[in-house]
Amino acid sequence: MLIDALLLQLGYNATLVAIGATLLGISAGVTGTFLFLRKRALVSDAISHATLPGVCIAFLLMASFGGDGRNLIGLLLGSAASASVGLWCLNWLTRNTRLAEDAAIGSVLSVFFGFGIVLLTVIQTLGVGRQAGLEGFLLGSTAGMLWADAMVIAVGGAVTLLLILLIRRPMTLVAFDPEYAAARGLPVSKIDMAMMGLVMAVTVVGLKIVGLILIVALLIIPAVTARFWTERSDYVVLLAGLAGGLSAYIGAAMSASAPNLPTGPIIVLVSFALFLFSLLFAPNRGVLAAVLRHFRFQRRVHLRQGLLALAQGQPIYEKLTLRLLRNGGLVRADGVATDKGKARAAKALRDERRWAVVRSDQAHEAAAALYDGLRQIESVLTQDQITEIDRQIGGPKEVLA
Amino acid sequence: MSGEEFVPLSLTPLLIGIFAAVACALPGNFLLLRKQALIGDAISHVVLPGIVVAFLLTGAISAAPMMLGAAGAAVVAVVLIEAIRRLGRIEPGAAMGVVFTTMFAGGVLLLEQTDTSSVHLDVEHALYGNLESLIWLDAVGWSSLLDVQALAHLPVELPRMALTLLAVTLFIAMFWRVLKISTFDEGFARTLGIRTNLLGLALVITAAVAAVAAFDAVGSIIVIAMFICPPAAARMMSNQLEGQVAWSVGFAVLSAVFGYVLAGYGPLWLGAQDAVSAAGMIATVSGVILAVAARFGPCRTRSGAPVGV
Repeated sequence: MLIDALLLQLGYNATLVAIGATLLGISAGVTGTFLFLRKRALVSDAISHATLPGVCIAFLLMASFGGDGRNLIGLLLGSAASASVGLWCLNWLTRNTRLAEDAAIGSVLSVFFGFGIVLLTVIQTLGVGRQAGLEGFLLGSTAGMLWADAMVIAVGGAVTLLLILLIRRPMTLVAFDPEYAAARGLPVSKIDMAMMGLVMAVTVVGLKIVGLILIVALLIIPAVTARFWTERSDYVVLLAGLAGGLSAYIGAAMSASAPNLPTGPIIVLVSFALFLFSLLFAPNRGVLAAVLRHFRFQRRVHLRQGLLALAQGQPIYEKLTLRLLRNGGLVRADGVATDKGKARAAKALRDERRWAVVRSDQAHEAAAALYDGLRQIESVLTQDQITEIDRQIGGPKEVLA
Repeated sequence: MSGEEFVPLSLTPLLIGIFAAVACALPGNFLLLRKQALIGDAISHVVLPGIVVAFLLTGAISAAPMMLGAAGAAVVAVVLIEAIRRLGRIEPGAAMGVVFTTMFAGGVLLLEQTDTSSVHLDVEHALYGNLESLIWLDAVGWSSLLDVQALAHLPVELPRMALTLLAVTLFIAMFWRVLKISTFDEGFARTLGIRTNLLGLALVITAAVAAVAAFDAVGSIIVIAMFICPPAAARMMSNQLEGQVAWSVGFAVLSAVFGYVLAGYGPLWLGAQDAVSAAGMIATVSGVILAVAARFGPCRTRSGAPVGV
């Protein structure tokens, strides 16, 4: 059943939803990346909650003029209008008052959403009839989606993607270094506005599929996921689009394959699974990589300290150190150093002495700054310099037993 | 309006609304100053899976396990946010966004998967509560306030909310000095020997307790609004923490009273028949108060910032 769904074999409607969701996921992931890099991820939360009053007002207007209140384009236009009012309030509050951005986000979010709920109850009690299924906009509902609705979503997703392609370079610059962008003469506030406009477009298009409470997840989670895998912004954008599209596609297919699987939450949970995988297993930035790096570092420190102890004839009791020395064939099972161990230990001690000279000599200041107790001195100084230092130290002396 | 009508139908929801608003606004002041204002938003989203899990485990709608479940979910969320922020080296806002959306999605999915049609548990209820339904049927008028028999049938939410408010007030009164110091100058607080990490966690847990209790009675939308709007409006009115807290309590009470009255009677004045959502209206009124304060409040600009820029 799931295989059928993934291969788009579950009928016309499910296929439409899956394609629409995938396009939406891609554009949400790509847009969200800029928002995330700009460190304004939660602004999308305010924007998405601020769409609710607009949806209700649009419904009321369309119904009172005798039209069909459920016309999707009308509802989406209404939501875009109220989201931009919310965005304007948010910017005004942060620019003109002492409130920080998070407080402004929270107040816009709660007040607009509260007002939207008031309007929802008005619609319920007015008996305009047929309930309009406006609650579907809270959590998304793809059941009974019409061809026209799916087309609106697909076209909306594609247009958003196109717009991003056009202004991605200035957006990247502003996301990384707004001051530099301003110094280059870029209109930073306008680019910020464009970025927010794109977020708004994604939110509005996604209302029908994932709903206004969860659309913010599609904007944030893929971007955070992609950030684990690369340090380059253009790759982050691509990967975020990939992660967003993939989770939206799998999520839509899964929700079509069985009853009682609402599309929005499933998409969010799939993208969280991708996030979790990246958090744990991404190279370099992932948790597993960090743990491995830690253990590697720990082994190097223990080995070095063990060799220095050997060279100075001190007894070693620490278990990890002993095991490392033994595994390296540097000491015998009874703790006595082998020939190889003696040679390595003498070298370690001599290097330590060389470093001491380097660090006390002003002429070697640059090299001395690299000292961390583990670095090979050959990787910092030339053979000639080491010979010169050895001349100052004098020849090798016998190691006391 | 006569006492026979007001006491049974409006007194208890009004009081519950006021208590919930103040209980959320008090810790909200400190969260706002610590730039953690959105914690309230996150907590109110993650409470849903907690309640659903509690329902699945006990199989009944009863207050105690649900409150426990909700509080547990709030703590899990706080821990998860912190873990993701540290392990993944992600900025706190994004970490919060990842956690609360995922937990909320999980809650919705669990709710859809289980058969909750026989009980009153759905997403809409969780979002905007039903303040209007918390009526006191045994009351006949103001005299009922002295009638032990009738008082025994008060909606349980009222004493629970009052207790929560008392606990929150006590926490803030007891830790006032350390909270104030650590909010404004964390480094200095640490040199004084104040354990700022523990204190911050305690503040978040207090906020979570207030949120969960209020959530049970009035829905999450009031919780989010009351955590942020009254303190934010109060911030425009005063440069003193004492003044800010006092203003925020005043604004919270004002929002609750006006919101409730407008929701209940406003539509009637306009000629409509039915009331609108009180929770939504309370949030809307608090937004209007914030808008007025942001436009005309005496301390609305950043200190040192030139006026009119």
